[in-house]
Parts: sequence; structure tokens; C-alpha cells
Amino acid sequence: MTDLCEMTAFELSRLLHDKKTSSVEITRSVLDRIEAVESNVHSYVTIRPEAALQMAQEADKRLASGNGHILTGIPIAIKDNMCLRGERTTCASKILADFVPPYDATVVRLVKDKGMVILGKANMDEFAMGSSTETSCWGPTRNPWNLEMIPGGSSGGSAAAIAAGEAIVAFGSDTGGSIRLPACFCGVTGIKPTYGAVSRYGLVAYASSLDQIGPIAHDVPDLALLLNLICGHDPMDSTSVPLEHPDFTSFLDKPIKGMKLGLPREFFSQLQDPDVSRVLSDARKVFESLGTEFVDLSLPHLDYGIAAYYIIAPSEASSNLARYDGVKYGHRAEKFDGMIDMYCRTRAEGFGNEVKRRIVLGTYALSSGYYDAYYLKAAKVRTLITRDFKDAFESCDAILCPTAPTAAFKIGEKVDDPIQMYLTDVFTIPVNMAGLPGIAVPGGFSEQGLPIGFQLIAPHFEEGRLIQLSAAFQKVTDHHLKRPSL
Amino acid sequence: MKITAEQVDYVALLGRLSLEPEEKKKYLAQLDDILKYMEKLTEVSTDDVEPMTGTVELYTPLREDVVKPSLPIEEALANAPAKTGTAFRVPKVID
Repeated sequence: MTDLCEMTAFELSRLLHDKKTSSVEITRSVLDRIEAVESNVHSYVTIRPEAALQMAQEADKRLASGNGHILTGIPIAIKDNMCLRGERTTCASKILADFVPPYDATVVRLVKDKGMVILGKANMDEFAMGSSTETSCWGPTRNPWNLEMIPGGSSGGSAAAIAAGEAIVAFGSDTGGSIRLPACFCGVTGIKPTYGAVSRYGLVAYASSLDQIGPIAHDVPDLALLLNLICGHDPMDSTSVPLEHPDFTSFLDKPIKGMKLGLPREFFSQLQDPDVSRVLSDARKVFESLGTEFVDLSLPHLDYGIAAYYIIAPSEASSNLARYDGVKYGHRAEKFDGMIDMYCRTRAEGFGNEVKRRIVLGTYALSSGYYDAYYLKAAKVRTLITRDFKDAFESCDAILCPTAPTAAFKIGEKVDDPIQMYLTDVFTIPVNMAGLPGIAVPGGFSEQGLPIGFQLIAPHFEEGRLIQLSAAFQKVTDHHLKRPSL
Repeated sequence: MKITAEQVDYVALLGRLSLEPEEKKKYLAQLDDILKYMEKLTEVSTDDVEPMTGTVELYTPLREDVVKPSLPIEEALANAPAKTGTAFRVPKVID
């Protein structure tokens, strides 16, 4: 009999509805699992067992009175860059180590409205800058499939928690791949919605034109439930789009025969890892057996995605992180000589290496004399990348490609080599640049038993297609059913 | 474009970051590598291409000028490193 903590939201919801379990029982199962493995995995920055059980009790009352929602009573982990009122939100940075938000992020409010159970705040790369969850000031999260490996980043804690049974569902955020990459490395399913689909109110900003919140879970049906919850216009976020989103669960059983999957030449020619090639090839065969057609296409500016992103994102970050000045909240240096020195020391003490590096890079790229050569140029390349995708979608319904160039690598392996670390995002970054929705689906394992997945990309606001295609895939495969032994 | 130590100093000041000498040296080397990688972008022709700053149609959502509840002062001050009365306490800004 599967442990409650390893089941999906859909399965647990059914059990709750049939009164075969309670939210308290489910939450206890997850908390027990956290106690058993957390010292090894370190998925969390903050765990709140009493508050969680309190929420579970309220959920059970609500369910008993017949006012339950399908997500009522389901335990969720929330990445530590989304504000949870009254609980510290640190962004895995010393500069916010004791920051307690006076408000809830919109997605947190939505979670509370439905009576979900908030377990705690998941570990991440500091200010979401990273691909491995190694830059967290609280220490790295470890991949539940092999504790010496990274879980991916920056939403490594969220993805690892799902894989390890330390949460049923989770929220991550994705700026250059930070949901899709850890989902891939941890063998779970994650989706980055279209930019503007989900409110960013209460999400601590890294790069405002790229950031998006999204769900991570064991399988596609759970993602559909969470997308239904969080997609929608929010007057508190002027970049959230006033759009009526469809019921994403309506895509779960739609056939995919006749759908066209684009295979971008440049993505596949970059692939050198035999395990990733094999998994992509296997995925292709599965889709073929389900009746999809394939279209060879070109995304000629793919090669420039990383360079453009690592100018644009740090530039936006240098602006967004200017607010951490020790004035109104967060760390303030104890010793300083005047105002400017206070800022300089506060920020030097509070920020980690990667954050400082990106602030310096971004400030440089935006500074007078360099703005045209760097930021403006990158912004123009962004237009070209977006155009590439627009053209590609004229001949296909969705694009099939890898999520990551390799399986998870060892903790510490790339920490001192920024460019090598940045290259991990080669397949995920272009999706953020164009604001498109992208899903990471478990597709198999490497020779060493590490999860490998594939990615599907759709046009703006066509998350439904991603749900449809991935759900069909998961109906005939079992990679998403595997669990690591911890 | 090779980044110089003076440029790192200037940019660190703009970014209000004080860097230790070893940090400066390390960042100089790493940034140099990163910027060298960025030279790739010069391979792409972008004449007649509009820069993109975001992916949604940006508009300015307006609302009625009606006073709505705001954050109570105690909550706004709750995370303050230093406070006096109803204000944040900071070093002298103007001499």
C-alpha cells in the first residue's frame, strides 16, 4: 500500500471525498516523511508542522461540512521567494534571513482560500539565481535519487520535496528554467505557464519580464488542478493578463492523434549526452504510437539565447535587487560610515557570490556606454528568438525538445564555473525569453539511474495543449510513477 | 571589450556593493569570461529589429482615485532594522 505522502493530489482528493482518509492523516504522513529524510534531502528552509496540522484540521472540518474544493486538505510546499504572511520568507539569502512578510502572495492567498495545507517554504538558489540550488545561504538541497547530485534549480527544494514525498504538490518559479530543470532532474512534472498567466504579486522579483510562478507535482493531472487555481488576472499585478483561462482538467483525456510536434534542429544538434538522446528518442516513439506527426523545423537564434538571457536577467535583477538596502527591512550592517557605506556594507554582507556577480554584470550591461552594446542588443535578439518560435508554431502545435543537456551533476561540480552552470539552461531559457508556456515531463533514466525528462513548448496561453500531450504520454508510460528509495 | 578593475570598482559603486580585493579579482576574471561569451551576440544582425522588453502587451491599468485600506504602520515597521516612533531610522542623508 503506497504511503499517503507519495500519492498524487487527485488520488488523495478522491480518498478524502470517499472519507477513506483525512487531511490530518495525509499531513501527518508527509510530516513523518519530512522528519525521516529532511536531514539528507534538505528540501525546506522553513517547516511549520503545528500550523500545517492546524490548517489540516480546518480542512477536515470544511470537507465534512460539504464545502470542500478538490484541493482542500492537500499539503503544498511553497518556494521561499513567495510571501507567506507571518512566516519568514528568505529567498535563501542572508539579506532576508529574518524577513517576515506582512502580506500573502496572491498564489498563497488562493491556496489558503481553497483550504490547502501549507507545509513550509522550500529551499532555492539565492534570489532564484542559479540552476542547482547550491547558492542557497541555508545550504544545498540534495537530489532524492542520489544525494550527491544536485536537484536542479532554482526551485530545487520544491522539486526535491515532491520526489521525496515531503510534499504532495509544490509551487516553484521559473525565470530561465527554474521549474522545468529541477522537475526534470528530480523525475517529477513541472510547468511554467505563459508569462502573464499567473500573478506575480508577492513573488520576490528577480527578472520582472521573465519570472513566472508554476506548479510542480508527480503528474500532469495534478498540474492541471493547480493551474486552474492560480491562472487568472490579478489587479495587484499589472503584467497579469485579463484572460479567461480554460478548465485545464478538460484537456486530460483529449486524444492527441494528428497533433503536430515540431523538432527544432538546433536543439537536437546540441545534444551530446547519449542518455538524454535516448530518452528523447523514446519519447518521440511514444508520441508516434499515440498518433502525433513530426515536423522538422529551425529556431536559428537558439544559440544566442543564453548570452541574451545572461544580459537581460542580471540587468533586470540589478534593478530589482536595488531595494535591499537595509533601510526598511532585511539585514542592515552594524558598522558603517555614512549612508552610502551602509548600503555597500549591508549588501556586501547580505548577498552571496552569484547574486553579487549578477548585480555587477547587470549594472555593467546597463551602464552608460555599454547599454547599447549589451542590454539593447540582447533585447533585440530576444525579439528574434520570439519571432523564431512564432514562425515555428505556424507548422506545429507544440515543440518537443530536451529539458536539460544532461542528467543531474554532482554538488560542487560547476559552482566555480559560471558559464558551465549557465549552459545548463540552454533549452529552457528561450522559452522564458519568448514568454511561452513550457512543461517538463519525466521521460526515463540515465545509465546511473538519474531521472531525465523532455520538454514541450506551446504558443502563448496554449497550456491546454501541453496538458493534453503530456497527459496522453503519462497514460502509456510509467516514469512519473517511479519513486526514489530514500 | 575587456573589463578592467576600474570598471568593476565603478560598477560596484553604482550597485552599492563593497567588494573585497580577492572578490574583485575573482569577479574580474569570471566577468571577463562571461563578457567574452556575450560577444557571440555580435554575430547576429539586429539592424531594423525592435528591442523587446517584455512579452505581453503592456498597458497602464488605471483605477478610480478612491482611498483603499493600506498596510497598518506597525506592520510596515515590523521588519525595520531601526525605528523611531512611526518612522524608519536611518543614517543622515543630507549634511
